[in-house]
Amino acid sequence: MSAKKTTKKKEEKKGEILPPEEIVKYFKDEFKTKIKSAEIKRRATGAKKKEFVNIWMRIDKSIFKDFIKHLCNLTYPHLAVVSGNDLGKTIELVYNFSIYFGKHLQEISLNVGVELPRNKPEIETICDYIPGALITEREKQEMLGIKVIGIPDSRRLFLPEDFPDNVYPWRKDEKTRKEIEKLYKNLHEGVKKK
Amino acid sequence: MSKEITQTTYQVPIGPIHPALKEPVMFKFDIDGEKIIDVDVELGHVHRAIEWTGMRRNPIQIIYLAERICGICSFVHPLAFCRAVENACEIDVPERADYIRVVHGELERICSHLLWAGVAAHEIGFDTVLFLTWEIREKALDLTEYLTGNRVTKAILTIGGVRRDIKEEHHAKINETLAFLKEGYKKLAHAFLDDKTVMMRSQGCGILTYEDALRLCAVGPTTRASGVKKDVRVDQPYTAYSDFDIDYTTPDKLTGEVNGDVYDRIITRLLEVKQSIEIMEKAIDQMPAGDIVSEPKIPKLLNYIKKTAGEGVGRDEAPRGEVIHYVKFDGENENPYTWKVRASTYANILPWIPMLKGNQIADIPIVAASTDPCMSCTNRVAVVNNANNKKYMLSKEQLHKLSIMKTRRLMR
Repeated sequence: MSAKKTTKKKEEKKGEILPPEEIVKYFKDEFKTKIKSAEIKRRATGAKKKEFVNIWMRIDKSIFKDFIKHLCNLTYPHLAVVSGNDLGKTIELVYNFSIYFGKHLQEISLNVGVELPRNKPEIETICDYIPGALITEREKQEMLGIKVIGIPDSRRLFLPEDFPDNVYPWRKDEKTRKEIEKLYKNLHEGVKKK
Repeated sequence: MSKEITQTTYQVPIGPIHPALKEPVMFKFDIDGEKIIDVDVELGHVHRAIEWTGMRRNPIQIIYLAERICGICSFVHPLAFCRAVENACEIDVPERADYIRVVHGELERICSHLLWAGVAAHEIGFDTVLFLTWEIREKALDLTEYLTGNRVTKAILTIGGVRRDIKEEHHAKINETLAFLKEGYKKLAHAFLDDKTVMMRSQGCGILTYEDALRLCAVGPTTRASGVKKDVRVDQPYTAYSDFDIDYTTPDKLTGEVNGDVYDRIITRLLEVKQSIEIMEKAIDQMPAGDIVSEPKIPKLLNYIKKTAGEGVGRDEAPRGEVIHYVKFDGENENPYTWKVRASTYANILPWIPMLKGNQIADIPIVAASTDPCMSCTNRVAVVNNANNKKYMLSKEQLHKLSIMKTRRLMR
């Protein structure tokens, strides 16, 4: 309980809101070339044309955990979801954060992409910083076939227990396509028999 | 999960039919007497592979698929998807369309919150209130049908705008319905907030602390009832919400304090009904003239999307909280390379655990219902799972009976 209280105190201390350029600079100063790319996108909306900000960053896998630590020090983020792309040689995870919520029209969407090699798609868990990441990390394990190191609970989430072990539905290779085809063919035949 | 079961605790599986809403989710409770020691949640019973299917459809087809993710949030899911595509491909939306989107978004919130209020009343055995909410909700649904042509799947959105305008001739019916809803809100507020038994059943039960709500990434009324100021409508400008002066609906607005219990979640949702009526009025009042869609020719639009490579996220505030869609286009194919949907209940699964721990079995229905769970939203990929640990089962009816008995006990 006492540990929880201290986080709240820190929360109040970190009241300062940085503009998006400063946020990008903060991470670039810290990690230099390990930030592979950073882009700020603004879109205006409504009759008053107020803008909202999306930051897209691509970072190197080696600094991932450290990056999350720095982000939590900057401000405690809300993790919306982890999205994933199968890019062929690599599997990319996109962590969709939002920061500075709770202040009128100040929120910034921060999307952090990390590429993992296909032959060893491993990433560290962030559940120690953001316990709410558990559900989405479990989903990425079963759907994209990545391995989350240190995940507190590695069971399947959505896929049933009798789903084959080495088939990951969101992968785009030929092998997965065939396996999935086989699965739903069997499903239809099973229904017919009944 | 093979947990060691001691002599004093035993495991009670509840589900996959949900004790609150008629949707499948499986709870496994470790029980000591009447007290809940631990909870495990199993999902996946209605996973329909919607994302997988969507990656094999073109964006216009996906709008109608996204609409069918959830029967209640049939506006916000396609909205999040459209906004993700608009952000990825930099498609503009006319001002008037932004305002019409607000009207439909808020109308959906009213329908959803009223439905929830009815279910919550039913869970604690107040079926008269259930029918009262249903009567009020019916009018809101009539208005939805009047404006879109459908009661549930509205088919109103398209990429770059909306498909049907709100004209001058619609205003009379809208104003009439809003006046009725205001009256209805007063009745409901009285039934829920001034009733001693409702307070006794819901105060101090199912508590989610501020810390837990923040760290477990809870969203929507669930997190606001715990005092976390998080509402996409206020946090970031999207559609026309940034043009109105709206504020976070936290329970302290009414009671002056935040407890994060079931009662606070009731207050938050009821206040939001009132807020939504006000926002609708403003949106109708201030609606600018102009087009309702930026590119009405669909083949032209699809061709443009096909040639554009990019990625985007669309966030918006569903009745249950933040919904986020992520899309990526590769610039060669019409269908998205990746489409990821995150519904609001997905983020409200983990907060159930601290909420339920320490409560009684009879409180399960109302605590589970208090986050307004929507399992079809959350589960989106495949096949049925069998409950494997059938030590002993409580059926939904038995559980509901237990809940009613507790209410009656308190009323004596």
